[in-house]
Amino acid sequence: MNFLTIQALVMRYLYLYTRTPVRAVELIFWPLVHLLVWGYLTKYLQQNTGDGFPQEITYLIGAVILWDILFRAQQGVAIFFLEDVWSRNLLNIFAAPVTNVDYLGATYVVGFLRAAVTTVMLTALSLILYQFNIFVLSWKLIPFIVNLLIFGWALGMISTALIVRWGPAAETLAWAVPFFIQPFAAVYYPVSILPIGLQWVAKALPCSYIFEGMREALRTGHLDWSQIAIATGLNLFYLALAGWLWVRVMNTAREKGLLTKFASQ
Amino acid sequence: MSDPVLQVKNLSKQFGKVTSVDNVSFEIGRGEILGLLGANGAGKTTAINMVLGIVTPTGGSVKVFGRDLQRERISILKRMNFCSTYTQLPGNLKVWQNLKVFGKLYRVPHLNERIDEVLEMLEVSHLKNRISGNLSAGESTRLNLCKALLNRPELLLLDEPTASLDPDIADKVRKVVSRIQDEEGTTMLYTSHNMRDVEEVCDRIVFMHKGKILFTGTAPEVLQHFEEDSLEKVFIRVARRGELKAAESEGAS
Repeated sequence: MNFLTIQALVMRYLYLYTRTPVRAVELIFWPLVHLLVWGYLTKYLQQNTGDGFPQEITYLIGAVILWDILFRAQQGVAIFFLEDVWSRNLLNIFAAPVTNVDYLGATYVVGFLRAAVTTVMLTALSLILYQFNIFVLSWKLIPFIVNLLIFGWALGMISTALIVRWGPAAETLAWAVPFFIQPFAAVYYPVSILPIGLQWVAKALPCSYIFEGMREALRTGHLDWSQIAIATGLNLFYLALAGWLWVRVMNTAREKGLLTKFASQ
Repeated sequence: MSDPVLQVKNLSKQFGKVTSVDNVSFEIGRGEILGLLGANGAGKTTAINMVLGIVTPTGGSVKVFGRDLQRERISILKRMNFCSTYTQLPGNLKVWQNLKVFGKLYRVPHLNERIDEVLEMLEVSHLKNRISGNLSAGESTRLNLCKALLNRPELLLLDEPTASLDPDIADKVRKVVSRIQDEEGTTMLYTSHNMRDVEEVCDRIVFMHKGKILFTGTAPEVLQHFEEDSLEKVFIRVARRGELKAAESEGAS
C-alpha cells in the first residue's frame, strides 16, 4: 500500500467536489429527506401513542443516522469507480502505477469522508429538530460506526465488481445494492419481526447486529459485546469475500478487455 | 537489437472466437519511435493495452526495460506513460488539478515546476486554470500529452494521438513528439492510421492487418516491399486486399 498514491486519488475526488458543488447536494439532499420524513413520523407517533412507546420511536432517528453511515461508505467505493468511467479516465488510472490495494484504499477513505460529512450534518439536525442526541451512546458509537463502515466498504466492492463484470448497464447497482439488504438489516425494526426464514438472512448480515445493538444501547445503556463480536467476524468474512471478488473480476476484466470497453463507452 | 526498451514476443490476444492480435513480435530500441500502422481493427490498440497490462495476453510475453510486465507491472509503469485519443482527464477538474493528481500518482519530483514545464512544452500554459472539460479537441489532446510527459517516461505509448485533430494541431503534436525524442531521448510506441504521422515521426514501422504483422521496416523499406510510391497507397491496398498480401508476405517480416 502506498499512501502517496492513495492521497493523490483522494485529492482528485476532493477536487471534483470543490469544482462542482452541485455534487454535494446529493451528499446532503437524500439523507436530509430521510431524516425529515422519519423524524416527523417519529414526532407524530410520539404525540399519538401511549406511555413508554414514545422513547422507543426515537430509535428511528438513530437508525437513519447509522444507516446513512453504511450507505455513504458503500457509495464512496462504488461512485469512486463510476466517476472514472463517466469521465473516461479509467484507462489513465489503471495504466498508472496504482495497485488494487491503493485504489481500494482510496475508495475506503472517500467512503469514510462521505459518511463523516452526512453523519455530522444528520447528528446536528436531529439534535436541533428532534432533540435526539446520538452521542448519548458516547463511546459505544465507535464499534457501531466502525462495523457499518466496513460493511459499507465490502458492499461497495461487491457493487463495483458486479458493475465491471456486467458492464455500464449495471451502474444502477451502485445505488441499489444497499437497498437489496435493507429489509433484512433490522434498520428500523427488530429481527424478531421478520418471518423465521428471513431472520436467518438477517443473522447473516453484520449490520443487523449493529442496529439491534444500537436499540439495545439506547434502551438500556448496555452494549452487548457478543453481538459486536459476531458483527465484526461477519464483517471480516464479507470484506475478505469482497476483496477476493474484486481481484477476480479485475483479472477477468483484463482477460476480456472489459476495462477498455468501459473506457470507450 | 541490443538492450531493447520493449520486447514483445509472440503476443496473441483472443476475445472469444475473435483473434485481435495474432502472434506478434517486435522490439524497440532506446530512443527509437516505432509506429504501429494499420486500419481500424488491425490490433494496434489491443497491442498497446497489453503493453500497459490493461489487457492480459492469451499468449506470448511483454518485457519492458528487460523486466517481465506481468510480474513487475507497477515498478515498470512508474517509468512509462501513455496518451490515448480514447481517454480523457476528468472534465470537471482544472488543467493544473488534473496534472497535479497524475504527477503525484507518478511521484514526479518538483511537481509544480514540472507542470509549468510540460504546459510550456505543449504551448498550453494559458490553459492552466481552465476547466479541462471546456477544452477543444486539440487542447484536450495536448493536455493528455502533458499528463503523459509529466514523469519524463523512458517509454511513451501514444495511441492515435492525432486522431480527430485538425491538420494544424496534428502537425504541432507531431513536432512536439519529435522534439521530445530529440531532447529527452524518449522511446515511443506510436499507433496511428495517419500516414503523415508515421512518415514524419516514426523511425520504423510495424504494418499490421487483422492482428498480424505484415511487414516491419523503415518507411522506404515498406514502400519498396509493397512496390508503391506512398504509404497511403500501401495502406489502402493492405486494407482492401490485406489477407492476400498477408499470405504473400508470410515470413517477410
